[in-house]
Amino acid sequence: METAQAQWVKVHPLVVRVTHWINAFAILIMVASGWRIYNASPLFPFRFPNELTLGGWLAGALQWHFAALWLLVLNGIVYVGYGIFSGHFRRKLFPLTPRAVLNDMLAALRGKLAHDDLAVYNAAQRAAYLAIILCLAVLVLSGLAIWKPVQFREITWLMGGYESARVVHFVAMAMTVLIVLVHIVMVILVPRTFPTIITGRARRTS
Amino acid sequence: MKKRTMDASLAEHSPKLIRSIERRLFLKRGLSLGALALLSGCELTDDEGVQKVLLAMSRWNDSAQAWLFNPNKLAPEYPESAITKPFPFNAYYGEDEVRLVDGASYKLELSGLIRDNKPWTLPELYALPQTSQITRHICVEGWSAIGKWSGVRFSDFLARVGADTTAKYVGFECADDYTTSIDMATALHPQTLLTLRFADQILPPKYGFPMKLRMPTKLGFKNPKHITAMYVTNEYPGGYWEDQGYNWFSGS
Repeated sequence: METAQAQWVKVHPLVVRVTHWINAFAILIMVASGWRIYNASPLFPFRFPNELTLGGWLAGALQWHFAALWLLVLNGIVYVGYGIFSGHFRRKLFPLTPRAVLNDMLAALRGKLAHDDLAVYNAAQRAAYLAIILCLAVLVLSGLAIWKPVQFREITWLMGGYESARVVHFVAMAMTVLIVLVHIVMVILVPRTFPTIITGRARRTS
Repeated sequence: MKKRTMDASLAEHSPKLIRSIERRLFLKRGLSLGALALLSGCELTDDEGVQKVLLAMSRWNDSAQAWLFNPNKLAPEYPESAITKPFPFNAYYGEDEVRLVDGASYKLELSGLIRDNKPWTLPELYALPQTSQITRHICVEGWSAIGKWSGVRFSDFLARVGADTTAKYVGFECADDYTTSIDMATALHPQTLLTLRFADQILPPKYGFPMKLRMPTKLGFKNPKHITAMYVTNEYPGGYWEDQGYNWFSGS
């Protein structure tokens, strides 16, 4: 029993915890205001319920969107910079094979995914975290393509032109929201992962 | 097996620790509630402090866009086949309320930091060298349409009337009581056009007869129609939509 205090393991570094919550806040604002902007001229035959949107009207939503944009991008630069240069990405997100991802996803669906060491991401987690980083990068790029189709016309061209950049922006948003929802469901299913993204540590269980 | 280990380890936690975790969870739930409240964003957006921050960010975005603006970067031009037909009508009023301007008595008034501020008649404007562009008009709402506009290159016109091009702003007043203003860098951009024709025809009333300013480097609402007066100034002029919260620079 005297070794109990030594049973804590470090799960998430401080940079990851801080950028995680700033990112969560920024995404919430970007999505809620983005839905209001979408409603001004829907790409598809549906609108988002106004109660779920932010800004009150188009001008307000645009103000929110273009304010939170800085938060999302600057925070993203800190996180990705840290992830690359500290070796955090290499250690936590790799190696990653499609077979491992498939196996872990099937195991998760059967409710049999092992989650012994919270400091080690399983393959499904690694894939999801890489995917959301990629989605956010595509969101920022397609957003720049829509915002500045003249000044950044090369990016707009890369997105297949202005109108298709809007579609890319929407699809990347939808995938981001989907990954976030799955992420939240997983945290609800394995609640002891939740305090770790605030405190950074977990009690060793094995 | 695993389950029993977990239960055992839970039992080892001191009540103090459990309380601290509960406190954290409560705090977290509180934060989530805050986030939910945020989603009913109308009231939040109306909050005076929030409003101040958002407006400050919008001003900051004006500066960022002015800094990003490359005076030599051209908007893409398209072939005739890409033109959107019919080209959408858009204004702060409905199409049945389009103002009809009398071309015979029309005069473009000039004021502010302009040396030669005699008014211009339509025949005088039609007599100036004309140029055309087929570019994409992008609305702040997100939709876009490609059209063909012809008229006088605005930088040529500003030079001809002796405008002080070191000034900060050019402001516009319109027959439909619309107002807007632009930065001088955009005014001098080679694709900024004092537009007199749409699709090779005299500008029809719904597209801004007798004259609009066409800028493929700005969102649609920055392109004023039915212009009756323009002025050059160093004092921020604002505009109809800008004063209601739309970003002033709104560059593409």
